[in-house]
Amino acid sequence: MSGDILLKIEDLRIEGRSGDTWSEIVKGVDLTLHRGEVLGLIGESGAGKSTVGLAAMGYARDGCRITGGTIEFDGIDLRRTSEAQRRGLRGKRIAYVAQSAAASFNPAHRLIDQYAEGPVTHGVMGRDKAEEDAIELYRRMQLPDPEGIGFRYPHQVSGGQLQRAMTAMAMACRPDLIIFDEPTTALDVTTQIEVLAAIRDIVRQFDTAAIYITHDLAVVAQAADRIKVLLRGEEVEEAETRAMLAAPREDYTKSLWAVRSFARPERTDSPGAALVSVQGVSAAYGKVPVLEDVSFDLHPGRTMAVVGESGSGKSTTARVITGLLPPSAGTVLFEGSPLPPALKSRTRDQLRQVQMIYQMADTALNPKLRLRELIGRPAQMYLGLRGRALEARVRDLLALIELEPDTYIDRLPGELSGGQKQRIGIARALAAEPKLIICDEVTSALDQIVQEGILKLLTRLQDELGLSYMFITHDIATVRAIADDVVVMQKGRVVDKGPKAQIFAPPHEPYTELLLSSVPEMDPDWLTGLLERRAAQG
Amino acid sequence: MGFAATVTLGLAGLFALAWVIRAGGRAVLTGQSRSLVNDMPLTAAFGLLVILIYAIVAIAAPVLAPFPEREIVGSQFQAWNAEHPLGTDRIGRDMLSRLIYGARNTVGIAFATTALAFVVGSILGLWAALTGGWLDQLLSRFVDALMAIPALIFSLLLLTIFGTSVLSLILVIAAVDATRVFRLARSVAQGIVVMDYIEAAKLRGEGAWFLIRREILPNAMAPLVAEFGLRFCFVFLSISSLSFLGLGIKPPTADWGSMVRDNATLITFGDVTPLLPAGCIALLTVAVNFVVDWQLHRASGLKEG
Repeated sequence: MSGDILLKIEDLRIEGRSGDTWSEIVKGVDLTLHRGEVLGLIGESGAGKSTVGLAAMGYARDGCRITGGTIEFDGIDLRRTSEAQRRGLRGKRIAYVAQSAAASFNPAHRLIDQYAEGPVTHGVMGRDKAEEDAIELYRRMQLPDPEGIGFRYPHQVSGGQLQRAMTAMAMACRPDLIIFDEPTTALDVTTQIEVLAAIRDIVRQFDTAAIYITHDLAVVAQAADRIKVLLRGEEVEEAETRAMLAAPREDYTKSLWAVRSFARPERTDSPGAALVSVQGVSAAYGKVPVLEDVSFDLHPGRTMAVVGESGSGKSTTARVITGLLPPSAGTVLFEGSPLPPALKSRTRDQLRQVQMIYQMADTALNPKLRLRELIGRPAQMYLGLRGRALEARVRDLLALIELEPDTYIDRLPGELSGGQKQRIGIARALAAEPKLIICDEVTSALDQIVQEGILKLLTRLQDELGLSYMFITHDIATVRAIADDVVVMQKGRVVDKGPKAQIFAPPHEPYTELLLSSVPEMDPDWLTGLLERRAAQG
Repeated sequence: MGFAATVTLGLAGLFALAWVIRAGGRAVLTGQSRSLVNDMPLTAAFGLLVILIYAIVAIAAPVLAPFPEREIVGSQFQAWNAEHPLGTDRIGRDMLSRLIYGARNTVGIAFATTALAFVVGSILGLWAALTGGWLDQLLSRFVDALMAIPALIFSLLLLTIFGTSVLSLILVIAAVDATRVFRLARSVAQGIVVMDYIEAAKLRGEGAWFLIRREILPNAMAPLVAEFGLRFCFVFLSISSLSFLGLGIKPPTADWGSMVRDNATLITFGDVTPLLPAGCIALLTVAVNFVVDWQLHRASGLKEG
């Protein structure tokens, strides 16, 4: 035994393969974890967080290999043990909770069967005992109906509940260490709170050590005792949570904060006549109603944020405005005259006025077309540009989105980074010279620093070109940063709307209050305080 | 020196020639075509060379062949000699000349048939997947019905109705094969039409033809190209079967499939001549698939740039 230290990683080096060449993706990371301690591991994607997390189990993904350093778990050197010995540890003494519980559970088995698998194979307890234990843990994870929920299949349980069931499953053998890999990233803010609170409580109750991997500093601040910041496979800094939040040492760590502080200056001028007016719109997919009596106005040169949790009808509203989903009732006015409900009956000019940017730039750009054609096509189609004029326009647009035209014009989307792809999505929308751009969760799939770049670009373009944005998001921080007006949606209805200042100032509608108060803050006591306040209100 | 040694030597010679041409290409070419040659495996160079040779032979058949295609120029079943390098067939026509003309007939027909099947099948398949609804139902169920009839019997039926000209042979086999291509193209495209970039193009107001041509087809190319290589071989087989049944390429015209059958008796005497046309088919099939594999590798984006 090595005293109080549970996990000690020294000079860990991991290589990843791309094509035929191996390159180092983790470059000498040290990590020490004491019993019962929670370490937050943060960084943008590609920083090597998950790779380090998995290495703590002595595991390397396909296409990766551990090339150097030592991984010592409770006195056992995981790099020298046999695979059989490591398998004996995994699940029993070291457990793993994946980002997407929905994708990690086997859809063909009931939750409790999957729960019992670990303890039974490791010989920790018998099947009957495991089931009793499962119910007890489900109760502690505050799952509804703890006696019955285990007998459901994964698809019969909501995402937040699945994530909690998965944490309970990781707890089954009472491991010494749990690795949480972005456990709340895929969840709505309101659900994120519940899962975060449940994870924090259970880890404390059993005095389990944990590595909590995330890119969201505010989330990790609630759960972790210490935080380690990674950048491109190297450690930037490590400190106690409070110390780091109060005084980050390195510039990179500070930049992680700065994202949240980006804000566009308030507009003071009064808005003009409505550019788009949605009036009493209801819509349904087949017989399932998704929108009910949605009305709001969108003003020229302004940004309107539409917020709400998933399934609230935000994207469906966008589909009605673009004409993809004709409404069952109500109309959409564009500059005072009604837009034909169906896409096919709209004129080319009506189509040109409303452009869309998608969440996943990967699927929104045809991977086989070069940027020249991707961006050029709308300009060719709507504005009739040909030959030289077209090429000049594409080059202007590339320059506008801050990409060097000569370098990028003949590239394929696969040769760009995530943030660059999203910029191409913006350029394609701009090529049509529209009045309204609908941004559907455009920053959700991006790292915070890249997000900030995109938001700044969008703001600059708005000021230069007088565009209007309809900004669909579930991220309240983004809304605070760039919105002029806010529409809050829940279950297909508009529950609150108005200028940003009015929405963000109390008194709030109950649902707006819930949404706003669920956004994690950079304060390690925030979650505790929030839960106390909510408990006090009953 | 035995026959097997000659064949082995010939193939090795072809590979060596392919290597030399590729090396030459790397030295001479620049830009776009240079990168094409750069990542070309030796098998693909070999395939291209073989296809090129077949194409030259097919086009220049009248010049290359020592004797006319249909004329009886000697006695029956002559052995290989100076005048007739590959001997003569069962009614005394020159084997080598018929082999050369066979490249023109068999390969030409097989290529035209496969190409036609792919153009029709993939365009309809992509269109059905893109449009969906009743059009998709109509086309798919019609194709299902056609596929339910055994292919050979169906071709026989159609050829009996329309007569056995080369044109109707091409059209009938293409129609039968297009059903398989339709199925493949449709299922591949169904995975593509749900992507956001298709929605974005629809929102832009693009028509169906543009969507099929520029947005869907480039992404569906890889499996279609792979299928092309396979189908091409199957078409050879269909033509040979039909010729065997007397409904394919009509007798005086040289066709590799029927040449095997006509001279099959020679095998019992230990003569390899009847296997030569079969060998020609085999070599071309392998060559086509080498090239297809290479294209597939490129199209799947594994070696981009």
